Amino acid sequence: MDQPPVPRRSARGATDDPRWLKAAIIALVVGFVLVMLVLPLATVFTEALRKGLGPAIAAITDPDGLAAIRLTLITAAIAVPVNALFGICASWAIAKHQFWGKSFLITLIDLPFSVSPVVAGLIYVLVFGLQGWLGPWLDAHGVHIIFALPGIVLATIFVTFPFVARELIPLMQAQGVDEEEAAVSLGASGVRTFLRVTAPNIRWGLLYGVLLCNARAMGEFGAVSVVSGHIRGETDTMPLHVEILYNEYNFVGAFAVAGLLCLLAVVTIIVKTALESLQPEVGRRAV
Amino acid sequence: MTTLAPEAPLRPIAGRRFFRRRSAVPGFGLTLGITVLMPLAAVAIRSAQLTPAQFVAAAFSERAQHAYWLTFSASLIGASINGVFGLLTAWALVRYQFPGKAVISAIVDLPFALPTAVAGIALATLYSKNGWIGSVTYPLGIETAYNPTGVVIALTFIGLPFVVRTLEPVLRDLSVDVEEASASLGADRFQTLARVVLPALGPAWLTGFAMAFARAVGEYGSVIFIAGNKPYVSEIAPLLITIQLQQFDYAAASSIAVVMLGVSFAMLFVINAVQALSRKTA
Repeated sequence: MDQPPVPRRSARGATDDPRWLKAAIIALVVGFVLVMLVLPLATVFTEALRKGLGPAIAAITDPDGLAAIRLTLITAAIAVPVNALFGICASWAIAKHQFWGKSFLITLIDLPFSVSPVVAGLIYVLVFGLQGWLGPWLDAHGVHIIFALPGIVLATIFVTFPFVARELIPLMQAQGVDEEEAAVSLGASGVRTFLRVTAPNIRWGLLYGVLLCNARAMGEFGAVSVVSGHIRGETDTMPLHVEILYNEYNFVGAFAVAGLLCLLAVVTIIVKTALESLQPEVGRRAV
Repeated sequence: MTTLAPEAPLRPIAGRRFFRRRSAVPGFGLTLGITVLMPLAAVAIRSAQLTPAQFVAAAFSERAQHAYWLTFSASLIGASINGVFGLLTAWALVRYQFPGKAVISAIVDLPFALPTAVAGIALATLYSKNGWIGSVTYPLGIETAYNPTGVVIALTFIGLPFVVRTLEPVLRDLSVDVEEASASLGADRFQTLARVVLPALGPAWLTGFAMAFARAVGEYGSVIFIAGNKPYVSEIAPLLITIQLQQFDYAAASSIAVVMLGVSFAMLFVINAVQALSRKTA
């Protein structure tokens, strides 16, 4: 009895897509990414260098430009360490300990991701603004928060709040508490356990979180725009300076400063990708 | 921990536990309710100083209604575009090999890393009449900047990574066995994709879609440059909040904020319900 051979439709495996489908999807995806992502990036640099390198550099080294860069750096230099410290504490508490209200704390940490940046700024204006709860009292004591550096820093801290904690919590949870328990049982103090056992385990995750936190801190626009007051040379961060120059039709200047921020974004992405490939356990959470 | 971890028993096929684990993209379960409710409370206190009639007048003025309509419809369209292309992108990145894949994969994160104001002026320039894309579309009669179309473009841009990044890990973990089983039982490739692969991706896809939508609703920086900001036409709700703030009308600003938060809360509640339902029927 000759059994007819099982008909094979093609040589490809059962889980492989037809070649034409593959080609079509790849072409579509590459095209979409080129048009949606690469073209805007290219636009920034072309517009910045439209009149050559000189005017672009002049726009950046202009006193107002330098003041904006300085303010952005100061803001990030305060907001990022604060959030890194907070993120370590929060994820340490959440991942290594059990306590009442834990899921509520996690929720609070996530809060800034689901709030419009404009609303985030609005909250600070409502609390610290001159018409707000604490505003008149603070003003009477000579403390200015809204339309000044403290407001900008506060708003930035708020919007970049979750980055470090959200990166570290899953990492610490995956690592469990075995190693810490071993250290403690061998007589190490709490601080020593953290420095010698926990910290080395989370350093790459921490770096990853700080990286994303910093990119957002330097680039935040909506929340900062609400609290800053747009005082040129004083409360203008780089993204706000971009807006002002753009609205003044100083396109070369706007795109020159924007180009600097683009470089920051590109460096962030490169380091992020490198971290992800070198440290596979880092950056596994979805968004 | 010395006790055994409460792991679910191994299941050969993506079952209920599979979905539950997947839907735990941080904060997306029960927690979201409070996440959205909290700021709601903060702003609600200010708007509560108004009488109900004043609140309605401030929150649902004709101008505000147009702004809501534009914000939510443009966000929905943007999230839908990302739903389609995000799925294709994640599929190509996980399943196919092609030159430049690593670069494409890295650059998908650009909207996360690029400051929104920079994205805003870049998109406005690119899609306006004299830009690289605008100079192609305008002669065809498609106006891509300074109108609601521009808003959709900006919101598509900023929501792009969400669907891709939520789907990627799920696709990577998706067992090839199931597809092989389906094929060995006689399904052709498209039946396998439609009946086996896509349903398994459903909850993660919905999560990514909802995140893209939620982000788009609140987005400000990348939109205001390309939108044109004409009242009643291309003015988004977050912009209206800042305009009210500049006029020191804090109550009106808070009222609009309350409505926006309320609608995104309702929207996410619906999506959570859909997810819960899909877990039950899976």
